[in-house]
Amino acid sequence: MESIYLDHNATTPVDPEVVQAMLPYLSGNFGNASSVHAFGRDGKVALENAREMIASVINCEPSELYFTSGGTESDNIAVLGTAHRFKGRKDHIIVGAAEHHAVLEPAEYLAHSEDFKLDLLPVDGEGFSSPEQLKELVTDRTALVSVMHANNETGTVQDIGGLVEVTHAKNCLFHTDAVQSTGKIKVDVKRMGVDMATITAHKIYGPKGIGGLYVRAGVKVSPLFYGGAHEKKRRPGTENVAGAVGFAKALEIAMRRQEDDFRNMSELADYFIDKVIGSIPDVMLNGPRKNRIPQTMNMSFNGVEGESVVLALDLKGIACSSGSACTSGATEPSHVLKAMGAEAVSAQGAIRFSLGRSTTRDQLDYVISVLPEVIGKLREMSPFYSQQK
Amino acid sequence: MIQKVLVAMSGGVDSSVAALLLREMGYDVVGAHMKLWDYVDVGGDIHKDGRCCTLDSINDCRMICNAISAPFYVLNLSQQFKEKVIEDFVAEYRAGRTPNPCVRCNIDVKWSEFLRKANEVGCDYIATGHYAIVEQEEDGRCQIRKGTDKSRDQSYVLWGISQEALSKTIMPLGAMLKSEVRSLAKRYGLRTAEKTESREICFVADDDYHRFLTEYEAKEGRTYQPGDIVHQDGRVLGQHKGTPFYTIGQRKGLGIAHPTPLYVQKIDVANNRIIVGDDEALFEQECEVENVNWVSISPPELPEQAEVKIRYLHPAASATVTPLTDRTVHVIFDEKQRAITPGQSAVFYRGDLLLGGGVIA
Repeated sequence: MESIYLDHNATTPVDPEVVQAMLPYLSGNFGNASSVHAFGRDGKVALENAREMIASVINCEPSELYFTSGGTESDNIAVLGTAHRFKGRKDHIIVGAAEHHAVLEPAEYLAHSEDFKLDLLPVDGEGFSSPEQLKELVTDRTALVSVMHANNETGTVQDIGGLVEVTHAKNCLFHTDAVQSTGKIKVDVKRMGVDMATITAHKIYGPKGIGGLYVRAGVKVSPLFYGGAHEKKRRPGTENVAGAVGFAKALEIAMRRQEDDFRNMSELADYFIDKVIGSIPDVMLNGPRKNRIPQTMNMSFNGVEGESVVLALDLKGIACSSGSACTSGATEPSHVLKAMGAEAVSAQGAIRFSLGRSTTRDQLDYVISVLPEVIGKLREMSPFYSQQK
Repeated sequence: MIQKVLVAMSGGVDSSVAALLLREMGYDVVGAHMKLWDYVDVGGDIHKDGRCCTLDSINDCRMICNAISAPFYVLNLSQQFKEKVIEDFVAEYRAGRTPNPCVRCNIDVKWSEFLRKANEVGCDYIATGHYAIVEQEEDGRCQIRKGTDKSRDQSYVLWGISQEALSKTIMPLGAMLKSEVRSLAKRYGLRTAEKTESREICFVADDDYHRFLTEYEAKEGRTYQPGDIVHQDGRVLGQHKGTPFYTIGQRKGLGIAHPTPLYVQKIDVANNRIIVGDDEALFEQECEVENVNWVSISPPELPEQAEVKIRYLHPAASATVTPLTDRTVHVIFDEKQRAITPGQSAVFYRGDLLLGGGVIA
């Protein structure tokens, strides 16, 4: 049975070119980048070259980019680090209702345990937030506004500029989680005007375990870790040199291919969406048709549970996802779709297919050939679907 | 054709061995762990080992499935479990009864939702690690017999399974001894071989059901009211902390001084009283049983002679079971039984054969 991987928003395979770039830093040039000797210097140089490369892509100074272990850590530093910095002076934070858990949960923690007031910025039916609504929420007590650039579940690409403007008008800081957009579409932190941005490597064919946080010069955030001077004390811990090198290489490749990849993904996605909607009744695309990361396709199949579709497809060799998985691996109803106002039943029946560079039209044709049968069979057994009919 | 089976895996040694045996028997095995509750909802997080719905157990299942090349999934049935089992548990205590949540879970979650999931992913059967024997008679009727290991027999909690569900059920451990299961697990190097097991209520992880009930009701804005502990002759002897904290036959923890031992006789929710009396008054000859399901025989029209178990560890007593309606029976024991408790299951046997069961009214 051929395996078809359509879960690239979860993670991607590491590009062989990236592997080659990393290999020397795993065994030969293994030095600790903070050591004073030649071994250390080699590592440090590689680390700083990587930093420079990545900074140039997102248009910031190398000194404004901090390496972390990934998106979750960067989001946590942004949310908790900012809140802690302003503690006693500001006591309010605003995060998007459709944020990743890596933003939502630290924000909820602040609300539960550190007396912060938390507001969720609503999203409309396609996942967009409006500056007008943000204006009503933001006050001079607000420490941070965090709204993601591209949504991991629906691919909705937010117009960040307008939100930043409203936030800055009240002298508040703005953070964006750009994990799903960096490398796939243009991400220019200066043009967006954000104060902080989260990026990561493993969504763009780089290794897991390395990410970054852009922090605009002059913005101060408290660290989460203590124990060394690494990353200017913002993120102590022995530097992941091979990871940083891999991240830079992955981003370099992504930029080289950005236009081609975007066009290919858009064509494949349009083909897939039209075919699925054409061959199965009562299907809905969640999120916008335009202004989205094209490789993300989130669809609701009325009357069936997403969990069941994911399992049935997995047993046919097709990997996709539903909602978000908790630690145990159990599927939970999507908070993103609920925030977008989806009915409980259709939120439960949502499946995310996310395409990648290795995705072919043949693979999609195979999925299109088995999907109607899978959905049809589940609907036959569904107590919900027959009720609706 | 190779048949496909969805094995319910808790992470314990029994369901692990069940999965392994099915694989050896030639089935196409898919493993699944049911996520039934969350510490956020039920409280009492004490990070004990060997409990279901903990991450370590789930990882144990995953590794075992990987070793036998079986796919493994975690199914989120927590919404159904909350609605059907936890809420019933709380409501039953509130009504002065002593519920049996495992029975409810088997009827309303395992042999309904889990079975539905199995159908959805194309499995012909579901399997569990229960110590009970499932057989199909020539006339097509499915029967349940007590497990061969009498000290482990779990048929008591299985009386509610419908014929249709039973026809799709495999219990590979029914004819095995627990010691055999353990040594098999050891021989295969299963990481769950040495695990201890729990017989307590899974969603009350700290075994403190008073804590659980109090917290759960408080979330709904309810509290339990203290009231009188009254002797059966009418004397008020003390105060109780809320009727759900008492069970029939209970002696300890009443907090009253009395020259002779006293036991809870009756939980009088309407008047918020706990009635106590001496041991002898706990013995009763008969009871009514509701929500009856007949398993191994078609619903009888005439009275049946049976051995009836009125709680999990009760040594079954001879009785006459007389059908009143489709779903209710009247049970008259040959000899009076101690502490017949409303809410507990009454299960009817003929020898090893599980005839049926229901809930004591």
